[in-house]
Amino acid sequence: MNPAQPYLFLAAALFIIGMAGALARRNAILALVGIELMLNAANLSFVAFWRHGPHPDPQTGLMFALFSIAIAGAEAAVGLALIIALFRHRRSVSLEAAESLKG
Amino acid sequence: MHAIATHIWLIPLLPLLAAGVVALLPKRASTAAIGLATGSMGLALVLSLAAFLATLGGHADGAAHATHIGNFDWFRLGTGSVRLGFLLDPLGAVMLVMVSFVGLLIFIFSIGYMAHDPNRTRFFCFLALFASAMLGVVVANSLLLLFACWEVMGVASYLLIGFWYHKPSAAVAAKKAFLVTRIGDIGLFLGMLWMYHATGTLLFFDDGRGCLEADALTQLGGTAVRGGLTAATGIALLLLVGAIGKSGQVPLHVWLPDAMEGPTPVSALIHAATMVAAGVFLVARVFPLMTGGVDTPVGEGTSVALQAVAGVGALTAVFAACLAVAQQDIKRILAYSTVSQLGYMFLGLGTGGVAVGMFHLITHAFFKALLFLGAGSVIHGCHEQQDIRWMGGLRRLMPVTYATYAVGMMALAGVPLFFSGFWSKDEILHAAWSWAPSRWPFVLGVVGAFLTAFYMTRQMAEVFFGQYRGGVRPHVGHGIPEATHGGTAGGVHESPGVMTVPLVLLAGSTLVLGWLGTPAWPWFEAYLNGHSAHLDFGRLAAAWPMMLVSVVVVALGIGTGWWVYGRRSRVGATAPDPLESQFPRIFRGLQARLYVDELYDATVVRLHHVVSMVCGWMDELVLGGLVTLVGLGSRLAAFSARSLDELLVNLGFDAGCASTRWGGRGFSWLQNGSAQRYLGGLGLGLATLAILVLWGWRHG
Repeated sequence: MNPAQPYLFLAAALFIIGMAGALARRNAILALVGIELMLNAANLSFVAFWRHGPHPDPQTGLMFALFSIAIAGAEAAVGLALIIALFRHRRSVSLEAAESLKG
Repeated sequence: MHAIATHIWLIPLLPLLAAGVVALLPKRASTAAIGLATGSMGLALVLSLAAFLATLGGHADGAAHATHIGNFDWFRLGTGSVRLGFLLDPLGAVMLVMVSFVGLLIFIFSIGYMAHDPNRTRFFCFLALFASAMLGVVVANSLLLLFACWEVMGVASYLLIGFWYHKPSAAVAAKKAFLVTRIGDIGLFLGMLWMYHATGTLLFFDDGRGCLEADALTQLGGTAVRGGLTAATGIALLLLVGAIGKSGQVPLHVWLPDAMEGPTPVSALIHAATMVAAGVFLVARVFPLMTGGVDTPVGEGTSVALQAVAGVGALTAVFAACLAVAQQDIKRILAYSTVSQLGYMFLGLGTGGVAVGMFHLITHAFFKALLFLGAGSVIHGCHEQQDIRWMGGLRRLMPVTYATYAVGMMALAGVPLFFSGFWSKDEILHAAWSWAPSRWPFVLGVVGAFLTAFYMTRQMAEVFFGQYRGGVRPHVGHGIPEATHGGTAGGVHESPGVMTVPLVLLAGSTLVLGWLGTPAWPWFEAYLNGHSAHLDFGRLAAAWPMMLVSVVVVALGIGTGWWVYGRRSRVGATAPDPLESQFPRIFRGLQARLYVDELYDATVVRLHHVVSMVCGWMDELVLGGLVTLVGLGSRLAAFSARSLDELLVNLGFDAGCASTRWGGRGFSWLQNGSAQRYLGGLGLGLATLAILVLWGWRHG
């Protein structure tokens, strides 16, 4: 059995849970939480592939994951700011309220 | 050196600043505008007096010419630079005092005269601008700076003549004045270019390098062009053309009488006292050049340029005086008289030198300003009536105006001893008598003096004596109303104090000024030439035959005038002029200004029309044809492009549009605005992709 396999299963599980949350939750904040979960699943598979891949010596995968975490932080900040703006506009954080961009 | 000499540029700058500020003021701020303009003029007068005293001080030090110069770089071009400068010398100082003093009085007079005009603010802005330009001409030490101020003055004069621009006659007169003086300005400009080409400088005085100093003059006088004329003569003649235009000499005199369409204070300031004197001043300023570069003693200056100056002056003096005899408009008579007196100044400059011409300029400025302001007061009192046939008897109705006007009239006519005009005109006649080249200027001068006395007596008799004839108010200058009865005063009133006080002050100056230049004590000439005057009655003894001649001429003129007009005053306004009934053809010819305007209309203006017609024809046929051709070509191209568009492009485009619209309708159902639905689509796609990859992996 490939030593990376358990990590990848965990990552796949995290991704599915995050995706389900992002799709099913009506609350924008919780949908954002789901997106963060999906990001972290991706980070986990980055690290797993790096650690058990053919070139574990250069710290490339680790660096990639670190960048990704930094970007996830920024994205969370932007997302929260968007949610605050949405709340100010509609007095609600429900995603069903934000559908004025329909065609 | 006195502080004022280094700061002489302040004098023109103050009115300029005032004009600038007034220009920004709203129309209703007329009180502030009047205060600013008049105040700046008052300050300029104070500074001018200080400058005058500074030049007096120079005499005490024994300096030959109390001249102070301040030159500066205007801008640099490569290695060379264009330099401008300011200058204070006796000639300029005396002009400064005259311009600012007369100017200030006229500003004050205008406060009363323009009291009811809604555009006072604009008026005072222009007045201040004008005064600034005139003062700039006087203190300029560079032909270029002088020219610039000269042109600003032209613009200000245009604006002021056309101040009542809603009157078509005023608009036309303004345009005429601007264009006619421009002909002269071209001469001045060409002279300036030639001067710069020949000497490389336009500064008058620059420590020996200026164009009016010995080195440049010797160079110019030594350069022969053609026909035996030197470069100095050529430049001098071109500058003279500029002076002729500005000072209204024959043949460019036609604008000055028409310029009387402006408000009367403007006529007094510009067309009597200051601006027209600028031409005379220019000749006086470049006098070293006029003498052909040769330092001839005064009285024997016989260079070509000076002969031209004297000839033009003498001719103008008589010509304009003739025209003045037959005019009916009080301001037009004065206008022609101004032209005539300016001719005397040129005659004085040409035959007697700077001092003789300038003395008449100064005395004339005072008494002509007095006469014009008096005329303004009369016009104001008679409800804007300008035709002397409708006046009469104002002696009792406007006593102050009458008394001051009489002083001005006697000074202009040259009544002996107490009136300044007598002394200055006498000097001119004396200089003309002893002029070597010809006696004609003297003869013309004497005839002019006779005519001057005659027409001024006519005017006095018509305006102030007899009965008031303006009972019914006609339209100015046109139309003869039926009912006119003598005797009724018709609401004629004396002008307010703000108008009469300047009159009295000017009359006082007129009485005093003459004593500065009598043969016995020629202070003025001594001051200009930089030595001190001595009282010597012996010179009076030498001059008395000439004085006797002029006294006899003046007495004859006044006597004839009184005999024709004063003995029996005119019965009614419509009665013909006594001269008219005696010599109808000559009188009508003179009244029509000897058809000079018609001559210009028939020649210069006609030629201009022909040329412009040819130009218009060229424009229409050649250029217009080309333009039409190009236009046709582009229309053809546009037509084919349009057909292509409509037949091919539009069909395809419309079909494209229809399909896009149809597709858009379908896709807009997908875009329902819910982010989670989009995410669901993404997830579905991802799952499908994953299944496909796994499937392929299994079976590949």
